[in-house]
Amino acid sequence: MRDFSYTRASSTEDARKAALEAGAMILAGGTTLLDLAKCGVAEPDQLIDISHIRGLDGIAVDDRAATIGALAKMSAVADHPEILSAFPAVSQSLSLAASQQLRNMATIGGNLLQRTRCPYFRDPSTFPACNKREPGSGCSAIGGVTRNHAVLGTSEYCIATYPGDLAVALVAFDAEVNLGTRTVSVEDFFLAPGDTPEKETVIAPGEMIMGISIPVSPAARHSTYLKVRDRQSYEFAAASAAVGLEFETDGKTVRGVRVALGGVATRPWRARAVEQALVGKVLTEEAIASAAALAMEGAVAHGANRYKIELAPRVIARALQTVGGLA
Amino acid sequence: MTIMEPRKHGSAADGMVGGRMSRFEGELKITGSATYALEYPMEDAAHAVLVQSTIAAGRIVSVDTSKALAMPGVLAVLTPEDDLGLRACGDWMGSAAKDEPYYPLPKVVQFNGQSIAAVIAESREQASEAAKLVTFTYEETPSVTSFHDPNAGEGKLMPNLVVNWGDAEAALAAAAVRIEATYETPREYHVAMEPHGLVAKWDGDELTIWEPSQWSHGMARMYAEWFSVPYENVRIVSPFIGGGFGSKGQPLAYGAVAVAAAKRLGRPVKLAVTRPQNFTSYGGRAATRQTISLGATKDGILQSIVHRGMSETSIYMDYPEQTGAATPVLYKVENFSSEHRVVPVNTVTPGALRGPGKNPSSYGIECAMEELAYALGMDPLELRLKNYADHDYQSGKPWSTRQLREALTEGAKAFGWDRRSHEPRSMRDGNQLVGWGIGCGTFPVIRAPSEAMIRVLADGTVEVVSGSIDMGQGTYTILAQTAAEAMGVPVSQVVVRLGDSRLPGSAIAGGSMLAGSITGAVHKAAIAARDEIVGLALNTPNSPFAGSGANTLVVADGEISTTLADGPKVTIAEMMKALGREHLEIRRNTLSDDAQEAAEQRRAWTTMARVMGPTMGEFSMHSWCAHFAEVRVDEAFGTVRVSRMVSAFDCGRLYNPKLVESQWRGGIIMGIGQALLEEGLVDPRNGRTINNNVGDYLVPTNSDIPDLQVISVGVPDLNASALGGKGVGEVGIVGVAPSIANAVFHATGKRVRDLPITLEKLI
Ligand SMILES: Cc1cc2nc3c(=O)[nH]c(=O)nc-3n(C[C@H](O)[C@H](O)[C@H](O)COP(=O)(O)OP(=O)(O)OC[C@H]3O[C@@H](n4cnc5c(N)ncnc54)[C@H](O)[C@@H]3O)c2cc1C
Ligand code: SF4
Repeated sequence: MRDFSYTRASSTEDARKAALEAGAMILAGGTTLLDLAKCGVAEPDQLIDISHIRGLDGIAVDDRAATIGALAKMSAVADHPEILSAFPAVSQSLSLAASQQLRNMATIGGNLLQRTRCPYFRDPSTFPACNKREPGSGCSAIGGVTRNHAVLGTSEYCIATYPGDLAVALVAFDAEVNLGTRTVSVEDFFLAPGDTPEKETVIAPGEMIMGISIPVSPAARHSTYLKVRDRQSYEFAAASAAVGLEFETDGKTVRGVRVALGGVATRPWRARAVEQALVGKVLTEEAIASAAALAMEGAVAHGANRYKIELAPRVIARALQTVGGLA
Repeated sequence: MTIMEPRKHGSAADGMVGGRMSRFEGELKITGSATYALEYPMEDAAHAVLVQSTIAAGRIVSVDTSKALAMPGVLAVLTPEDDLGLRACGDWMGSAAKDEPYYPLPKVVQFNGQSIAAVIAESREQASEAAKLVTFTYEETPSVTSFHDPNAGEGKLMPNLVVNWGDAEAALAAAAVRIEATYETPREYHVAMEPHGLVAKWDGDELTIWEPSQWSHGMARMYAEWFSVPYENVRIVSPFIGGGFGSKGQPLAYGAVAVAAAKRLGRPVKLAVTRPQNFTSYGGRAATRQTISLGATKDGILQSIVHRGMSETSIYMDYPEQTGAATPVLYKVENFSSEHRVVPVNTVTPGALRGPGKNPSSYGIECAMEELAYALGMDPLELRLKNYADHDYQSGKPWSTRQLREALTEGAKAFGWDRRSHEPRSMRDGNQLVGWGIGCGTFPVIRAPSEAMIRVLADGTVEVVSGSIDMGQGTYTILAQTAAEAMGVPVSQVVVRLGDSRLPGSAIAGGSMLAGSITGAVHKAAIAARDEIVGLALNTPNSPFAGSGANTLVVADGEISTTLADGPKVTIAEMMKALGREHLEIRRNTLSDDAQEAAEQRRAWTTMARVMGPTMGEFSMHSWCAHFAEVRVDEAFGTVRVSRMVSAFDCGRLYNPKLVESQWRGGIIMGIGQALLEEGLVDPRNGRTINNNVGDYLVPTNSDIPDLQVISVGVPDLNASALGGKGVGEVGIVGVAPSIANAVFHATGKRVRDLPITLEKLI
């Protein structure tokens, strides 16, 4: 590992200023950053440790929204009683992620900014070509081992999956990221790779994540996060879905529905076509199945990841059946 | 050298052979106070970091080390251009070394991830950073990255792995019912919790190496031969090992590099192999493919087995992962034919991984037997019992002991097999399809001689001293139990010293041969020590027993007494005082009389020359097991979860059932990983193992493991070992993968013939 300086920021102003310097990077829980430094992807000259800044780890839920500070730990948010009751999908997306040890270290801000698990991205000495690491160098994954690469939102420049779980639940429920001077929706926060896969979010120099807020809604209260993978725990999703449902007073007609997908797309993926197909319909297995199929419009397989196109709609369907009381 | 204090609690009976004593060193490990090789405090150590190839094949034209050498703290960069002065060493079997140089950093790259340079610096961090700056100019040559590559060809037939009896082809052609299927297993890795590495230190031409080792004496010999120093000059220290599973039985290229660097720099060198580098610094289990044809009568009597297997090997050495190893011994069959080929590809030479050979072999035959059972419409348990082998059809010899029938029937009873419904897809639980399957396993009894020393100290302590090792399987504990029982002392009076090549010779901790071998030697030495004390007690003038008229004495509970009720009774410490002895030392071995000469003894401890296979003798000797697995498959997702397993074992007598059960469970857990998760993913374009870390190479977590019920059905087998045990460590994994694959078929009606059974194969 190469030498770097380490500074503890005492305030967010401090941190934002320090992070502007060339080669400076913000350090929160470190579970992504240190990993990437070890495999030679991140090469910071300066680490600005924000984990000692006071007052940035709050978790509060009122009748309008949940407000969560960037430094709140994944485990603290997952276990928070009001998050559990008002946003079950958010809590589950966290408790089904990583391992308990990691969840105890990792922060919500860092979680959103975790990087792809594309093995080619993480092995620079063997695979110099990676547009995300070195713009213009090519993509080693295309034509390689692609079992966990994305089928939605890809480009010829990059097919890397956004690996996180929390952000999937957040886009489903219209959460926003507080960047200090501005607030953007989580959905707009993440960018598709296009021809600039190195640019993953809209965060600008001098900005940092201060926290997130998730509006309270009936669909969020009545929600679930379903994560499918080969290993029962401690694995990223082969496919996952965050869904929430609100019925009309008849208890069977869909008034509102939220669907987002993880593990299959280059960014947290809101499946609006699925939602639109269900609103106003009576929730039945058939209605769910035909709506879920719409999620894969425009999906492109690259070899071994073809199964995701089959799998993802089934995950959506099961999640909807579960919250809809049909499973 | 480490002295292990026994636990001072537990019932007295636990301390005898067969007692359920907890592991001696458990507390040290759990509290973090056991010192592993790389944690050994070493003043003035320099740190070496390996640089590995990033192409599959080619010649190294030049190496640019200038940038690395300019980095702070860098002391040296070793490359293929450096002559490290090493000589080839003899192999495991003890054949003389070829008179040729050995280049641990070769000029020709044979696989991706081969070590081709090392940077040595004042700190590990400095060396790691500088290692990134060593650049190579390669002249790439064509490569074959796996046996799936069409250019890989059919490989070479291994003549010693051709087995034939009867007329298998003719009997197959004539059989009323036939099945044929091809099964594959991928590259699998040891992933021991403790990664490889070592600390090497020269004092003149004396070399000490702290390195996790499954075989301290054998490794010391090979290092000595590499560096052309006498065997006595090399000392391997390895008191604790964080798992080996077959990967830590020989010195490897990185070891040679570290020792050479220490010599060149004149200071100790510490080399830690990184987790990714562990995937290519030594071989895991080779990928295998086997085609099995079975022929049977309509009522399910096997007529013929035809087996054709192959495994990947490297382009520089033939290592067969013997897909035909279990095929001939599991069932009664009059016509049999098996062949195994190796297919050279650009990979590190594969190696032994828990249950080598037997494991993929049983996967093939045990899946094929269930396919036959379905073809016959017969219960797979019934088919197995119907074709029960009454003797070993390959060697023609009787079994020493074979409780496989009991394993099958007891296992079936505990599992509730009679409640099974035969048809695939006929058992359900909500969303989940439920399936049951059986897999039998076997592992040969491999015998080897060992040596042991018993030292009785003035305070009555009994020390067991051996150069054998404990990698978590329980050597410390069972040797204390063996000595306690044989000497007649409470186990709390015994201490055990292991893990040092300077200590008495021993068999390798591999092939499940160590426990049977070393308990035999300790037992022999302990009996001799007891007899020595009794002899001295009777014949020494100062002894309380002198003139007592007794002609024999009893040693029990640490006290020496006569058989008379009112005779004298003294502790061993009191006796040592009466004898005026500081200590008493007895060394014994289990070598035959013709091998007692010093050179022959050395050969026995440092090579496999005296190791005996399962049919060398009157009998055919093996451990046996039967696994019963229940899986739940979520058909929409293709996910498989093992919900229950019952496994019944015949491993002869168990020296410590608690430790044996944990060996079995460990094997079963690895088998679950093999069935459902583990697979080295190789990029076909350059042979890189791309999931070379524990985040991406998946081994089971606690939540993947259900309750594992293990049952012992063994009986003591005194042909197999002095105390009646057969091997326990390897057999646990053998047969697990087929039991799960068979259960998946029963659940879903889909037969997945290539491991692991990941979700995309079932949706
Ligand atoms: C083995 C393993 C398995 C995992 N499995 C999962 C999984 O199944 N699901 C899942 O969702 N995640 C998983 N993760 C990812 C894990 O959740 C993230 O590593 C973690 O959430 C990152 O948080 P951190 O606080 O440690 O971030 P850090 O490592 O400290 O930072 C990550 C990045 O964010 C930046 N950063 C951090 N905080 C801020 C801020 N407030 N403002 C601006 N920039 C910031 C840093 O500069 C850095 O670039 C896994 C990780 C590992 C190592
Ligand atoms: S998929 Fe994206 S991250 Fe992976 S190698 Fe290609 S460009 Fe790099």
